[in-house]
Amino acid sequence: MDRMNWIQLAYLVAALGFAFSLKWMSQASTARRGVLAGEIGFGIAIVATLFWPDITSEGYILIAVAFLIGSAIGVPLGLLVPMTAMPQRIALSHAFGGLAVGMVGIADFYLRREGFTNFDLLVIGIEITLGFLVFTGSLMAAGKLQEWLPQRPIVYAGQNIVNFLVLGAALALVIYQMFEPDQNWVVPAIVVLGMVFGVFLIIPIGGADMPTVIALLNAYAGLSAAALGFVLGSDLLIVAGALDGASGLILAIIMCRAMNRSFSNVLFGAFGATDEVGSGEAHEQGTYRTASVDEAADLMKIAHSVVIVPGYGMAVAQAQHKVRELADALEKEGVEVRFAIHPVAGRMPGHMNVLLAEANVPYEQLLDMDEINSDFPQTDVVLVLGANDVVNPAARHDKSSPIYGMPILDVDKAQTVFVVKRSMRAGFAGIENELFFNEKTQMVFGDAKQVVADLTTEVTGQRDAISL
Amino acid sequence: MSTDVIITSLFIFSLAAFVGFEVIRRIPKLLHTPLMALTNALSSIALVVSIVILGQGETTYAQVLGFIAVVASSINMVGGFIITDRMLKMFKPRERVVKPAAGSEDGAA
Repeated sequence: MDRMNWIQLAYLVAALGFAFSLKWMSQASTARRGVLAGEIGFGIAIVATLFWPDITSEGYILIAVAFLIGSAIGVPLGLLVPMTAMPQRIALSHAFGGLAVGMVGIADFYLRREGFTNFDLLVIGIEITLGFLVFTGSLMAAGKLQEWLPQRPIVYAGQNIVNFLVLGAALALVIYQMFEPDQNWVVPAIVVLGMVFGVFLIIPIGGADMPTVIALLNAYAGLSAAALGFVLGSDLLIVAGALDGASGLILAIIMCRAMNRSFSNVLFGAFGATDEVGSGEAHEQGTYRTASVDEAADLMKIAHSVVIVPGYGMAVAQAQHKVRELADALEKEGVEVRFAIHPVAGRMPGHMNVLLAEANVPYEQLLDMDEINSDFPQTDVVLVLGANDVVNPAARHDKSSPIYGMPILDVDKAQTVFVVKRSMRAGFAGIENELFFNEKTQMVFGDAKQVVADLTTEVTGQRDAISL
Repeated sequence: MSTDVIITSLFIFSLAAFVGFEVIRRIPKLLHTPLMALTNALSSIALVVSIVILGQGETTYAQVLGFIAVVASSINMVGGFIITDRMLKMFKPRERVVKPAAGSEDGAA
């Protein structure tokens, strides 16, 4: 066996490590082992790569320098980013991934285009477009999530036509360079158009659609890595890209199903924007009931089971630790406390789970929509905390509602529902929530974090001694 | 690339995508955020091709692009694995009920 055979063999071991890594991710109890398997596979692949023929001594120095710079940025990004910033952190890593494969694609194109077949040129053209689209699209998404850019969707007349024209122009150039690879200007033009399309793609996306979009960008990042693997003949890259792409696609499908929408509707529908118009109409609001913190706490205390429904509002208020204290206090009173988590709650897949896990909520208490929906009729009290559309019963029966058909948490089937909210203002998507006017529902107005803290003191009974 | 190579590559891609679908489908929604972080770290394996491009340094141009690619991929690799593990460490099964000690006093004050 020559040196390349050994390297390929090492890559095979790495690919197996990746497969085990994902397999062990299927349970919380083995998931950390999965990370280790991935790291070992990665380590083997990198060491093997350093034995690649024709790497110059200058090259080794540059590799070491670049790796140290990357680590110097990567370590703080891994250690210091707070859990609440996880959506933008993930979006940012998609951007780096897109940038890396885009850069390698360009370099490979100019180094080896003479030997490329038309198919190679097609794949590398697509790869470069995808890589840079993911780069700028993910940066835009991260900027919106970090609130450096307006979270509100920005729409204008003819937006979709403009977007399709940009994408069409990029693809036309990809086809063109298949036949004229010697034209030096074409690839930079593809890069620019890809980046412009990435920005345009995210401009009309609102915060509520971010989970789907992040998952889609994840899928694109994986596909672009796999495409690069095709061009370079790197089977390891093909495997890793396929796994990443599959993961992103599965998550995107789950997100879309959880909103009862299609990909094209998410990307080109500008959901939030049309709803702003809707909320402008004067609705017949009906009457709602309010409850004080004391009343809510008293009822929760004597309940057998309480289900807490967290939403993005909990993340914004950073209330997850207070929520866990409330859950603990209720459990001490003998109440069964569980959390009902809608797949699109928050700004990325699994967002609420990570926040509550950070607050030390045991994962057995975190239940998925499908697991908990049948339990609501036997639930005494539901506490809705910063969630809105995902508990709106209109989704089940009101055909005129924009969210009609979306699977929701059936909290209205519980005995009593408390909704913690700042005011009666409509939610993120601007849709009137029927739940608030349900006779079982009582509104508790206030900041989520404060209300939960007050509920906890009420439940533990410490407040009575002071205020009475 | 020759037709043989294309077919082999498609073979590998299809099987990997199939295995990926079947394995990842079973991952609970509970772990979807760590899953994204992990797959992101794994796909930064583009680092190996970036290393080759930078290391061989055929042209200055390739060196610059390769350098950026190595930096970007190693950010994702290092940061991605660390953050995935950091998140997973937080997912704990139920032990004894944790006592709400300090927090409840905050609210009363």
